[in-house]
Amino acid sequence: MTDSETPPPFRILPRLTDLNRDFWTGGEHGELRFLRCQDCGTRIHPPVSVCHKDHSKNVKADAVSGRATVATYTVNHQMWMPGPEVPYVVAIVEIEEDPTIRLTTNIVGCAPEDVYIGMPVEVVFEKQPDGDDAIWLPLFQPAAEKA
Amino acid sequence: MAAEMLEKKACITGIGQSEIGRRLYRDPLELTIDGCLAAVEDAGLQISDIDGLSTYPGMAIGNPGFSGASATEVHDALRLELNWFDSGIETSGQLGSVIKACIAVGAGLAKHVLCFRSVFEGSAQGAGGRQSIGSDGGSGFRASGPLSWTLPFAAPSAAIWIAMFAQKHFHEYGTTREQLAQIAINARKNAGLNPNAIYRDPMSMDDYFGARMISEPFCLFDCDVPCDGSTAFVVSHVDHAKDLRKPAIQVEAVGTALHGRPSWDQFDDLSTMATRDAGAHLWTRTDLTPADVDILEAYDGFSFLTLSWLEALGFCRPGEGGPFVEGGQRIARDGELPVNTHGGQLSAGRLHGHGFLHEACVQLRGEGGARQVEKQPEVAVAAAGGGNTCGCLLLTRR
Ligand SMILES: [Zn+2]
Repeated sequence: MTDSETPPPFRILPRLTDLNRDFWTGGEHGELRFLRCQDCGTRIHPPVSVCHKDHSKNVKADAVSGRATVATYTVNHQMWMPGPEVPYVVAIVEIEEDPTIRLTTNIVGCAPEDVYIGMPVEVVFEKQPDGDDAIWLPLFQPAAEKA
Repeated sequence: MAAEMLEKKACITGIGQSEIGRRLYRDPLELTIDGCLAAVEDAGLQISDIDGLSTYPGMAIGNPGFSGASATEVHDALRLELNWFDSGIETSGQLGSVIKACIAVGAGLAKHVLCFRSVFEGSAQGAGGRQSIGSDGGSGFRASGPLSWTLPFAAPSAAIWIAMFAQKHFHEYGTTREQLAQIAINARKNAGLNPNAIYRDPMSMDDYFGARMISEPFCLFDCDVPCDGSTAFVVSHVDHAKDLRKPAIQVEAVGTALHGRPSWDQFDDLSTMATRDAGAHLWTRTDLTPADVDILEAYDGFSFLTLSWLEALGFCRPGEGGPFVEGGQRIARDGELPVNTHGGQLSAGRLHGHGFLHEACVQLRGEGGARQVEKQPEVAVAAAGGGNTCGCLLLTRR
């Protein structure tokens, strides 16, 4: 979890739907969840109700480890709208279980200049806002050393 | 029997532009009509000859000022009597509307299609600087669709999305900011000879490196400049292009493919873009090769996009765009492949793809004035788009 002392920055939040709810609220349980075809095991992102491999409609969300790799990133210096303090890192990460599934996200928990392509990262959730329609944004931080 | 390549039945018979400026504060429909009338007049046609209409993106949401006029507005304002019309944003890049017009005349749906693209992002975004997508959402706004995967992460701009592709290219191939700078410096040099360009003062490498950073590796001069203006074309069937005012520009081939996922962050190879598929597709529809091309007018909404097009169109191998532009001589107006001879969107203004096609026609006609490429170009490529939507045209003097 992010530091509970610091209020999270303003962010434009996604509209929740039946299809994307597991992705955006899995963080309540500490889980990064993607839709997955229950017939062939293919993970589907962004969420749609049909598997692209076998067109099965038997899709359901399940959790991945939350580990990922930075595929690419940028240190953003421009204040486009209210949000995180600049400079901040926007990255595309590839999830460990299926690198063809990527997320655009922010890398937190380290200095922007310490981010690199190939960096191992792990999910950390930022809850926004408090209330019934809260979502848990999956951000990523440098992965803890493997035991 | 192989399918007929209908675009070869099309040619560009008229080109026109409205007044172009950083912030004109003029009615965007009026600018659009100015551009359209100029193109029809340039072709030596009457409005009553126009029986087709095509535009990008049509009625659309997006950045403030993204769409200057819809097809319906122009249709009615000019009281056109149309046999075919079309608009939309889900097409092969900004020039997709022109490509569709080529196919329409090839199929006999129309004889003369008026194509236009208008922007008034300069005025609409006012003096407050460039705005991001979704910035007019207001409080309580929640994002849906593709933007819902980027906006929550404070990634509301193509500057950020394309910066990540550039960064990947830098990482994979050793591309440098000095190399990228050549695209911006070349554009500025050419804009100095274009009276309609927005930024015409010379830019040095020091100026480039002195500019503030936007999204690494992009500084301010890697990003195009929003403006107001309208660009229009008349696309005619070859059988109806004889005896017009100006020599027609032949459409030799178009590239429209998109094989990767239609997505910014899910595209398979993050060091290329949709440019890859559209560029490769172009050469499957012609006997000409990249070696035959005299000039390239290639999208530079961000400098890296031109580099991406150079590779996608086969002017160099994947990953070799950096060395190709290094030093700037090769892409200069007197180089082996003059690039963005009007100044591109980086310096001549963000006319959203259509400025490149306009300039390709200007150069092929030999009407470039001070900026005309000295050895008269015979073959040109106009390419527009980046990220997840791209299209290109191969043009020849007839
Ligand atoms: Zn399946």
